[in-house]
Amino acid sequence: MGVKGKVAIVGAGLTKFVRRAQETPKELAFEAARAALDSAGMTLDDIDCVIHGTAPDAFDGLHMKGEYLLDGSGGWKKPYMRGYVGGGTGVFAPIQGWYQLSSGLFETALVVCEEKMSSCMPHPQGAFLTIFDNLTERPLKPNLLWIFALEMNRYMQTYGISVKDIAHVSVKNKNNALLHPAAQLGKEITLDEVLNSEVLAWPVHREMVSPTSDGACAVILATEKRAKKITNKPVWIKGVGWNLDSSYWTNRDLAYPQYVENAARMAYKMAGIKEPRKEINIVEPYDPFAYKELHHLEGLLLADRGKAPQLAIDGISLRTGNMPVCPSGGLLGVGNPIAAAGLMKICELFWQLRGEAGPRQVPGKPKTGLAQAWGDLMQVGTVCVVGI
Amino acid sequence: MEVKGTTISKQDIESGKVLFTKGDPNAHYTWDTGIGIGRYLEGLREGKIWGTYCKKCNRTVVPPRVFCELCFSPVIEWKQLKDTGIINTFSICYVNWDASRVETPHLPAVIEIDGASKGCGILHVLDEVNPKEIHVGMKVKAVWKRPEERTGSILDIQYFKPY
Repeated sequence: MGVKGKVAIVGAGLTKFVRRAQETPKELAFEAARAALDSAGMTLDDIDCVIHGTAPDAFDGLHMKGEYLLDGSGGWKKPYMRGYVGGGTGVFAPIQGWYQLSSGLFETALVVCEEKMSSCMPHPQGAFLTIFDNLTERPLKPNLLWIFALEMNRYMQTYGISVKDIAHVSVKNKNNALLHPAAQLGKEITLDEVLNSEVLAWPVHREMVSPTSDGACAVILATEKRAKKITNKPVWIKGVGWNLDSSYWTNRDLAYPQYVENAARMAYKMAGIKEPRKEINIVEPYDPFAYKELHHLEGLLLADRGKAPQLAIDGISLRTGNMPVCPSGGLLGVGNPIAAAGLMKICELFWQLRGEAGPRQVPGKPKTGLAQAWGDLMQVGTVCVVGI
Repeated sequence: MEVKGTTISKQDIESGKVLFTKGDPNAHYTWDTGIGIGRYLEGLREGKIWGTYCKKCNRTVVPPRVFCELCFSPVIEWKQLKDTGIINTFSICYVNWDASRVETPHLPAVIEIDGASKGCGILHVLDEVNPKEIHVGMKVKAVWKRPEERTGSILDIQYFKPY
């Protein structure tokens, strides 16, 4: 793979994640972008190109949302683009920024991800439903929980995993989120409370599902030459990968996300990572549902197939464990404004690796982190390996 | 770290505390079913489930398609499958799409159709079964609408039930 130049993250910012924000999508995007610029001591004049990530136009009922969001994202009279791979967008957007810079085309990029799900009434699921096949599935009147419940059940049945095994992830992430200043659902919660929460679609319980959210995140990328002028603590993008599986999802192996493994292998190869379990110090896998964190850890080759639940059960994935997983609090705790949620994970690694995560700081001076997002019709994996 | 963002509630909107405008896009769609799914749905109207076979990949899939997405070949053979299968995975769902609660749980399942390659199934629903007895690997059979009621739709199969 021909990679020309090194690219660093030099700034990060975000808004609160809330069920319903008074701010418009443009205002949310602006607040996140402004916070990221301020964190790097930069102005919009210092930005060469802007990458925007946001989910389907149907959420907002706004046509050409990328263009609508341009002004709030700092895209005025700049090379500007919107990329979209569903829930995978939040980690795909910095990848797009990375190749604009790595190719030598630009020196700096502002990457902004925004989502406002609350405008869609009575529930944003009305927009989500359109992901099901229009000819052979939508007549069955599916709802979005179906696919997650079906995948979770297949995962459990294949490896003999219990709901209780998976519930540990909810406990960990929601507790972690208590210390995140943007968090929507941080709370002290026990294993029993998760297990006794309402069953929405067996085996999915209410406390195993991330909320719908409004919010925005932004990061600033710079080439090596520029990064060293901006900060003495650049966080390098060491490897990127993305991969998509078939949209014929009922023909796939639902127990194992092969496409996540493919994306991870692409990123590991670029980063020169041979033994990910030893070399990755912090992981921020996509956790819109509790089982997804586990599914993804296996796809990322950070746990054996069917064995990821043990990491949470044994405390290895706690913030103070040997391999902290979702120290931010993840989507389960911080919230899930789709595209922004993935970029929140990149922001977390930026702060963690710089030693700036405050009360959430992972001990042991972590050097390398991995963020991963996932989405579309359960078919895309996007991976970024970052390090100092 | 200062983080901006202002929380409001649904009540803030309903009470007029926060101003809003409303929209209701007038967009309705008529989707052609295409060559592959068109023939699949014709088959369902006749009480048959069709799949397609790719000789190069030695794989029979359902729903059928006119190309193989693995080897990207247009050479496929139509193959009639059985109207039975096994449950690959299932759920017992208590909520509607808008998060309201259902009276009778929905029972979606991925059903691997007999005659298709292992792991190749379709999304459908189960009925005439005690939810507690549903399990992965359970044998199920299509329950069809009466011939005169069929329209060439996935709903020509009303549901699958154990047999």
